[in-house]
Amino acid sequence: MQRQHQQHAQLLHPCYSFAADDDDVVDFSGAATQERIAALVADNPILVFMKGNRMFPQCGYSGTVVQILNQLGVPYETVDVMADDRIREGVKDFSNWPTIPQLYLNGEFVGGADIVIELYQTGELLEQIEIAAAS
Amino acid sequence: MQAAIEAKLTSALAPTHLEVTCSDGNKWAVTVISEAFQGKPLLARHRLVNTALAEELEDIHALSLKTKTPAEWEKS
Repeated sequence: MQRQHQQHAQLLHPCYSFAADDDDVVDFSGAATQERIAALVADNPILVFMKGNRMFPQCGYSGTVVQILNQLGVPYETVDVMADDRIREGVKDFSNWPTIPQLYLNGEFVGGADIVIELYQTGELLEQIEIAAAS
Repeated sequence: MQAAIEAKLTSALAPTHLEVTCSDGNKWAVTVISEAFQGKPLLARHRLVNTALAEELEDIHALSLKTKTPAEWEKS
């Protein structure tokens, strides 16, 4: 499946990101990618699919989620979706969620940046993390 | 785009209050106050909005959501 390319938008804002080179034909619905994502989610109790990494988030929304997890002082892993087009598109199918970042706790999809912020503010995020850490 | 977002959310969720704003070119912020969110966790609420806006989300890459029931909105 070919995605529409909007390279000009990518230059304007780091949050915009689209598929890579035109000659790089990628199977976005690949079962192998879904298996890789499932394995990542299963192996890491606290996992963020994000743009960039925790030292250098490449999008404000990804940066916010990292800041919150740092604030809570919990160990977590990140996957940089910018490094792999299949993961970037595949994780959206995996969770049926249209945007990055995506937070997973104990194999369960929690939500995107807005949800993480709101759960953090109400204290529910720490509760859920403690449950994830205990199991 | 703004009119399309408003129309779809209105028909999907019958909001008592709806705010749709756009900044920075294509970064959207939506506040929806609706009884449809009653008893639903945050993820389910956001999924309702995402589903209603599935078509628009193809072109939007930043969407910030606030989803409250009328009672929660009164208190905030």
